[in-house]
Amino acid sequence: MAEGSDDATGLGTANAVRKRHRLAKAVGVIGELFVTVGVVLLLFSAYQLWWTNVIASGNTSVAREQAKEYIQSPSAPSAPSSKPLNAAFPRGDAFALMYIPRLKDHVWELPVVQGVDLENLTKGVGHYPETAMPGEVGNFAVAGHRATNGEPFANFDQLQAGDKVYVQTPQAWYTYELKVDRIVEPNAFWVVDPKPLPAGVLGSDRIITLTTCNPRWASYQRWAFWGVLTNVRLRKDGPPPELEL
Amino acid sequence: MYAALWHRLPGPNVLKAVEVLVMLGVIVIVLFAWVFPWATVHLPIDNVTVDSGSQSMSTPGPPPGGQTE
Repeated sequence: MAEGSDDATGLGTANAVRKRHRLAKAVGVIGELFVTVGVVLLLFSAYQLWWTNVIASGNTSVAREQAKEYIQSPSAPSAPSSKPLNAAFPRGDAFALMYIPRLKDHVWELPVVQGVDLENLTKGVGHYPETAMPGEVGNFAVAGHRATNGEPFANFDQLQAGDKVYVQTPQAWYTYELKVDRIVEPNAFWVVDPKPLPAGVLGSDRIITLTTCNPRWASYQRWAFWGVLTNVRLRKDGPPPELEL
Repeated sequence: MYAALWHRLPGPNVLKAVEVLVMLGVIVIVLFAWVFPWATVHLPIDNVTVDSGSQSMSTPGPPPGGQTE
């Protein structure tokens, strides 16, 4: 921009010109601020849509290796006991792998991490630590991102009743069958209760809950999908054949 | 604003351009590493968990008896 040396010659008009010059400068600064805000918002979009997925992809790879190591460790018990896994598993550690054929693009060998804080949800799906572990009596409840941060549940809307969810732990392969879903308020913590639905709706006391955000890009609601345990294959029997691993 | 900044930068134009690029890089890094993660936590996007009290979004309270639709 000009440095202000181009003043008009007439004495009477000099003031008016200076005034107009100052106004133009102010408008220019405001315009630059608007452009700056716009650029920052664009960068924020890039951060959300791209960078969080980059970070999550790295975190998920690390967690997957950790889960595999844990699942295949020789010291791990090979048969489910009354307490298949220690529910006090350290926060942030991956202890299982999840497979959902319907969501194969995202949920295949996906780490299940203890805890549902933002950090843990970048590693895979997070297990609500106060709920049951896979295969246990009670509610094995997990949360996953539906948009950004790796978005394992990006295609959550494609899930249907009857879809299978496989969970691999050191002890066994657990097969859950999805039954009922519901869109709820964000504070509906009851969805991860051991018995979230009226008796008979699910027909089992070993259940799974998947939660994610709704709508996908806003998350002022939550979407819960419940299922029941239908099959347990001990570790020594290998993965369920229908998975074709 | 940016013109004034440009005039105040030391060195010839080429050096100024380099300085601007470095400054932009630093700004982007600060935004991505600190500002945006902070903003994400404080914006109502990305929340996928039913409230367990760990996220101070709404009052924990007892579960509403909303089990029957």
